[in-house]
Amino acid sequence: MAMSRTTTMNRAKRLLGRAGLYFSVLMLISPAILFFLWMLSLAFKNEADNTAFPPVFIPDPPTFDNFIDVFEKNDFLTYTINSVIVSFTATGLALLLGVPAGYGIAKAKATKAAVLILIARVTPGLSYLIPLFLLFQWLGLIGTLVPLVITHLVITVPIVVWIMIGFFEGLPSELEEAALVDGATIWQAFRYVAMPLARPGITVAMILAFIFSWNNFIFGVVLAGRSTRTLPVAVYNVLTFEQISWGPLAAAALVVTAPVLLLTLLMQKEIVAGLTAGGVKGG
Amino acid sequence: MSASISPANRATVGPSQPDRSKQDRSKQGRSERGRNYARRYWVFAVPAAIVVAAVIVFPWIFTLFMSVHDWKVSGATPFVGMANYAKMLVDDRFQSAIVRTLVFTAASVVAPVILGVWAAVCFASNFRLRGLARTIFVLPMMATPVAISLVWTMMFHPQLGVLNYLLSLVGLPPSAWVYDSATVIPTLVMVETWQWTPLVMLIVLGGIASLPQDPYEAAILDGANSWQMFRHITLPLAWPFIVVATVIRMIDALKAFDTIYVITLGGPGTSSETLNILLYQTAFAYYDLGYGSAMVVIFFVLILLISMLLLHVRQRQAWQ
Repeated sequence: MAMSRTTTMNRAKRLLGRAGLYFSVLMLISPAILFFLWMLSLAFKNEADNTAFPPVFIPDPPTFDNFIDVFEKNDFLTYTINSVIVSFTATGLALLLGVPAGYGIAKAKATKAAVLILIARVTPGLSYLIPLFLLFQWLGLIGTLVPLVITHLVITVPIVVWIMIGFFEGLPSELEEAALVDGATIWQAFRYVAMPLARPGITVAMILAFIFSWNNFIFGVVLAGRSTRTLPVAVYNVLTFEQISWGPLAAAALVVTAPVLLLTLLMQKEIVAGLTAGGVKGG
Repeated sequence: MSASISPANRATVGPSQPDRSKQDRSKQGRSERGRNYARRYWVFAVPAAIVVAAVIVFPWIFTLFMSVHDWKVSGATPFVGMANYAKMLVDDRFQSAIVRTLVFTAASVVAPVILGVWAAVCFASNFRLRGLARTIFVLPMMATPVAISLVWTMMFHPQLGVLNYLLSLVGLPPSAWVYDSATVIPTLVMVETWQWTPLVMLIVLGGIASLPQDPYEAAILDGANSWQMFRHITLPLAWPFIVVATVIRMIDALKAFDTIYVITLGGPGTSSETLNILLYQTAFAYYDLGYGSAMVVIFFVLILLISMLLLHVRQRQAWQ
């Protein structure tokens, strides 16, 4: 009798706990859900609905005019290509430089080098810009994509090195040592033993470096000329020149951030693992 | 990290059972080799070190150099000693920017840390669609800051913005959001909290996931409720991770730029002009590169003091 009463009470308690948990989760994720839904709504509504009060929530019928408008009035295709070139090059170079560096630092147990990376992580992006701006001006590189690729290395190299140090530290060293005993050089041990094992870590580093390079605004706003704007800078310019038309503005914002959001949804496991490990963030 | 994504294919590449004599020999050789190789592994870091020196260390040194000169974009750049630093002491705009930055940072640390710990506790328990919910929760910090800032700007519009409409639905008066100097900082803190609570959550969640299960099992047997378990088990054990998340959040809040620049550009007037925005204006709108460099140095010292705290914490508990 008493037994069954406690079990019913426990069950009720547990049910209440579950309800509380689901309610909490709903509270926590609803700001993100509502925000991105509103972004979609703005991008797919016509201008009349976007400036209506009270607001219209569901686009009826959804229109692609805003996207067409953005690509017609602005040279978004060029800016997209710029962004792709800058982010891919900066990420590729960072992997070429950063994966071996992460390996070397992990193997040599050089914590001092890791500290340098950490300091790069905490330095504001703006502080690199004044000297680099002068340097690029002096070299006559302003107005090309080269300064953008080089400054984006400030973001991507520390991310890759930081993640790879952690990853290589976690790998067992027996296999490489066996390879060394069998006469391999340290380069071969790295290239054919450690690197294949570290492929998941390289994936994480690549995704995060790419995303934070893609998202970067501050370097582009200072260093990009009219034809070398990256997407975030181009979108910001849509705001300054067409403040009134919300549809194209939201559509432009969606174009910039859609690749990143899709990548996050598809690779959520890797992204969460990488961010949890290093607390990395660019610029 | 290694626990979650370390490769499981070790066995397939692993060497077959070595015989005993070989194993002994390799063990002996290993310590010698280990010493010899430790230095040679530096080779791997050389290319990266060169690039880091060029794009990270060179700017630091050159900034120090410029900060003691009167450096405009064109014309002579005379040496002025500490004049740029002295100027900061009497520059009201700089001093209010410092105060504003500290207020903004304090608020942008407290709110995300509290919400982030709450979120981490929720996401540490099992429930249906947890993976999807966590991904959605992380989206704000991954989305392009300029893009989300534009959408927030539209939502803040006093007449046509959706936020004032939502306020009117629940019977609250409309707010001026970023269009009034009294509400602009709290509004920007709200955006910062929305954007960066996920990072706090992820770091703390990583910590909670690594905690031992025994204390919880014992507590359940003793009839503890979930608040007691949180207060007396989770909070003390996950504390180091909360501290790390707090320090990282503090550094990022001090550096906040994209959202403030896009949404207000420091306005209205200078009422949301933080140090980073003032720095940008000084260097790239007024082209006073010498004074801007001196500000960078002071800003850097401020951030360095805080990151020393991070390093201190990191060294005390193996933070991974």
